[in-house]
Amino acid sequence: MKIAISAQGNGPDSEMDPRFGRAKCFLLFDSDTKEYKEISNSQNLQSSSGAGIQAAKAVIDNGAEILISGNVGPKAFSTLDSAGVKIFLSEAGSVRSVIDCYLKGELKSANGANVEGHW
Amino acid sequence: MILAIASGKGGTGKTTISLAIAYFLNKRKKSLSIFDCDVEEPNVNLFLNSDIKVTETVYIPVPTVNEEKCNGCGKCEDICKFNAVVLVKGKPLIFPDICHSCGGCKLVCPTGAMNEEVKEIGKLEEGYFENIRYIGGTLKIGEAISPPLINSVKKHIIENEINIIDAPPGTTCPVVESIKGCDYLVLVTEPTPFGLHDLKLSVGMARELELNFGVVINKSDIGDSKVAEYCNAEKIDILAEIPNSLELARGYASGNFMNVFLDNFSDKVERIISKTGIGV
Repeated sequence: MKIAISAQGNGPDSEMDPRFGRAKCFLLFDSDTKEYKEISNSQNLQSSSGAGIQAAKAVIDNGAEILISGNVGPKAFSTLDSAGVKIFLSEAGSVRSVIDCYLKGELKSANGANVEGHW
Repeated sequence: MILAIASGKGGTGKTTISLAIAYFLNKRKKSLSIFDCDVEEPNVNLFLNSDIKVTETVYIPVPTVNEEKCNGCGKCEDICKFNAVVLVKGKPLIFPDICHSCGGCKLVCPTGAMNEEVKEIGKLEEGYFENIRYIGGTLKIGEAISPPLINSVKKHIIENEINIIDAPPGTTCPVVESIKGCDYLVLVTEPTPFGLHDLKLSVGMARELELNFGVVINKSDIGDSKVAEYCNAEKIDILAEIPNSLELARGYASGNFMNVFLDNFSDKVERIISKTGIGV
């Protein structure tokens, strides 16, 4: 199973990024191989609109089934939801520790956007 | 003649100046139109109190997809510069809120899967007060894109007559839509660091659009002299300097400042009119 998480750096020890659409980047964790892969989000950092939509698309196209972030807005939620990606929320922590929390079932899932657009 | 009134910073006195000019010309028995292009928070008619005679609903086209005809080629996604169409697992997902109604996705779709439906974005109203015709727009709550509604307001401009446009604040797309094509642009500011900062942005916008423009300094006896110094250095006309006035503020708060303005600052309005060429 592939788990995407918004991150402030490109390794498992970097902090989770609480932003989704304008996150620094995403890390894709494969729970079978235990490997991390970086997904760039650089083009969305400067995007005037639809950053959450494009970030969601990148997560979907990389085959993630689970997304973990701090906050997800309405358009990103709709995009992820349309592809069946499940969203879990965390407040802070390193990528590795947040994923550990998820694997232990400690993160709550989001049933809808938890922030307004342009949060 | 189209005179547009704009400002970088909000709350500097766009509507005050717009209505002062309109009232001045009205008293001289000139007929004119005033357009409230600040469709996100229109306020001209709060002061004018004209009887609203006509209202019309404004719609824009937004795309819909027929999934049976869609072959998942993604051309609709590629052409959309606003991320309003995104291909998810081979099917287009549409976000009408951020669609700019360019029609590009429908144009490039090779299978005819993209259609358009209309979406309401707001309403237009028209009213009359003595010699003043008022046209205003009100954006529907929740809508983010106002330029098409502003464009509908401006379609009521009558060339060769006197038209005054009260623009929204700032220097974004709604402002550009409001002021483009005007014969003269009045930039209202105040002599504060914030007023100066945003005036510089407005001047950049006016120069980019190649408009004739000048500055009105409102509350000119507060703050500092840096706005005037900037205008002099940049060779920008200062059309009028209007001092801070408690009486005017009281009039504004009570909903009728126009007569107070003309009683106290008639000479300033006359100067703006002669400098801009509106109504002469």
